[in-house]
Amino acid sequence: MDKFTKVTGVATPLMRQNVDTDLIIRIERLVDNVTREGLGPYCFEQIRFKPDGSEDPDCIFNQTPYRDAPIILSRENFGCGSSREGAVWALKGMGIKAVIAPYFGDIFNNNCFQNGLLPVALPIHEIEQLADEMTASPGNARITVDLENCQVISPTGRTIPFQVDARRQHAMLNGLDDIALTMSRRDEIEAWQASDKSARPWVWL
Amino acid sequence: MGKTLFDKIWDSHVITDLGNGFVLLHIDRLLLHDMSGGKALKEAIDKGYPPAQPRLTYGTPDHTMSTKPGRDEFTHPPGLPLIKSMRETTSAYGIKLFDLGQDGQGIVHVMGPEQGLTLPGTTLVCGDSHTSTHGGLGSLAFGIGSSELVHVIATQTMVQRKPKRMRASFEGKLMPGVTAKDMILHLIGELGTAAGTGYSVEYAGSGVRALPAEARLTLCNLTIEMGARTGMVAPDDTTYEYLNGRDYAPKGAMWERAVAHWRTLPTDPDAEFDREHTVDMKNVAPQITWGTSPEHVIAVDRAIPDPSKGPEEKRGAWEAALQYQGLEPGKPIEGTQVDWVFIGSCTNSRLSDLRAAAEIVKGRHKADHVTAWVVPGSVRIKAEAEAEGLDRVFTEAGFEWREPGCSMCLASNGERVPPGKRSVSTSNRNFVGRQGPGARTHLASPAMAAAAAIKGAIADVRKM
Ligand code: SF4
Repeated sequence: MDKFTKVTGVATPLMRQNVDTDLIIRIERLVDNVTREGLGPYCFEQIRFKPDGSEDPDCIFNQTPYRDAPIILSRENFGCGSSREGAVWALKGMGIKAVIAPYFGDIFNNNCFQNGLLPVALPIHEIEQLADEMTASPGNARITVDLENCQVISPTGRTIPFQVDARRQHAMLNGLDDIALTMSRRDEIEAWQASDKSARPWVWL
Repeated sequence: MGKTLFDKIWDSHVITDLGNGFVLLHIDRLLLHDMSGGKALKEAIDKGYPPAQPRLTYGTPDHTMSTKPGRDEFTHPPGLPLIKSMRETTSAYGIKLFDLGQDGQGIVHVMGPEQGLTLPGTTLVCGDSHTSTHGGLGSLAFGIGSSELVHVIATQTMVQRKPKRMRASFEGKLMPGVTAKDMILHLIGELGTAAGTGYSVEYAGSGVRALPAEARLTLCNLTIEMGARTGMVAPDDTTYEYLNGRDYAPKGAMWERAVAHWRTLPTDPDAEFDREHTVDMKNVAPQITWGTSPEHVIAVDRAIPDPSKGPEEKRGAWEAALQYQGLEPGKPIEGTQVDWVFIGSCTNSRLSDLRAAAEIVKGRHKADHVTAWVVPGSVRIKAEAEAEGLDRVFTEAGFEWREPGCSMCLASNGERVPPGKRSVSTSNRNFVGRQGPGARTHLASPAMAAAAAIKGAIADVRKM
């Protein structure tokens, strides 16, 4: 899994509530034989493209300086809806490294941590102010998301702390998904198994 | 303070505390089936994690296989790549596969207990939500999702949070015509499908103690239908009698040692539960579902509920369910014409289920307009039933006697109830489209299903 320590860049204000996983990636794209990495071009396709397949210039993702932005700002309940892990793969494929929202869909939030995409929960008034600072000086404004120190630095230099579960922070900083994290405890697992083999030998076929 | 059965098993499987309520839990048994088994193994291997404990891992094809008499893996072609990938991945890592046609093949929740792979005090997982079935033998068993499955393959552990504890006690004796299936449907009817969310359930009380082992598996099978991932019955002499001598159960001195350990597992008298619920067995009659959720259930001698008289928050769901099912509120459910009868699934396809159905069928014939299937849960059950002549009881009555598999429980194998047709099924889900697009399902016990096939309509088994 990719490590996440810090990202600095443009943040796209996608200021709507309930951005669901269906909007992020259509289920058909996951059935078609597209690789995880290849999902990027289909991310948010329902708002990025017109029905005829051409780019919609009104969509913020198609406007400078947001086209290659690594961060998304959004409102409540980002990533709600179906449990598809493809939503996270698609965002990553589009170059997104972090999403900032008041809170996230439960399973989406979990899936982010399995794939090195950082979901940052901040109060809505902070996000609104970040969006204002972004749009106030388009082209120059940058946001930093710093996982090591658990803080967001706004375009005007304000620092805003955020919280993250210590176990997950460690995993993201070191690029470990749940399996890798568990594997780092192999000695403990083997010790447990060795003692269980003498306590309950009948379990060990 | 004393400990519950659940706590004893859980606590003894904690490898380490991960903080924030999470623990790393050891998994003693991993069961794989064709729908997700080969895919999950391949994903783990591709990620660089070969199976951690192939000898604690077992597989069998059931979900996507045809159950047509004389079937093989080619009978339902969409299942072919799944069974092929399962064969390749299991054989590459020395995982025992109970393959089509072999002794031991069957529905994963039927063959596990039958082979003695399911043991009291073990943790057991499978990528199927009805894994709670195995709790009938005192195993802490639950269904898991696809990424969890890969994690177990790779590490033989799971990262889990401990659920709360609920005890459902059944007090008294079974009334005539009533089975474990009716007990659990009745309970879900009383509590609703969300009551168990976040809980582990222990089934207890004199009514549960008196149940044979196979009936306890049926009881635990539907635990997920009230929202709980795991349901258990404490092991006792009934459990040990059932397991003694089974293929993978311990033998000789090891058996004695295991039983001595298992006797320490039942809930201590002073242990506490977060929620308690008691059912008086006097109130449990033969059940039949009327709607599209297992909580839409009534005693067979009752009238179809009227949404306008139901709880306000359920009115919309009830109306939609009645419309889908093509039923009129207020009418007796008994006598509703039936087109299909399915006796099978991990809920009710064991030898005792087939015997109960055969007892009703014997010397009678199914109604002409009904298609009736009997799908034994495993190769071994099929052979045992044939040795007793049950297959002939069914075929002489006009039923089809088929090969082991999930079949019409979920319609992922080409076997479906046609659109708009009404079925009485011994399976566990009456969701919209579960038995096929537009299919109308009524869940009931094997004897009730057999009675419906004979009468050609929903019938009260007590009158047969
Ligand atoms: S019989 Fe039905 S519920 Fe049981 S394992 Fe098969 S598909 Fe799942």
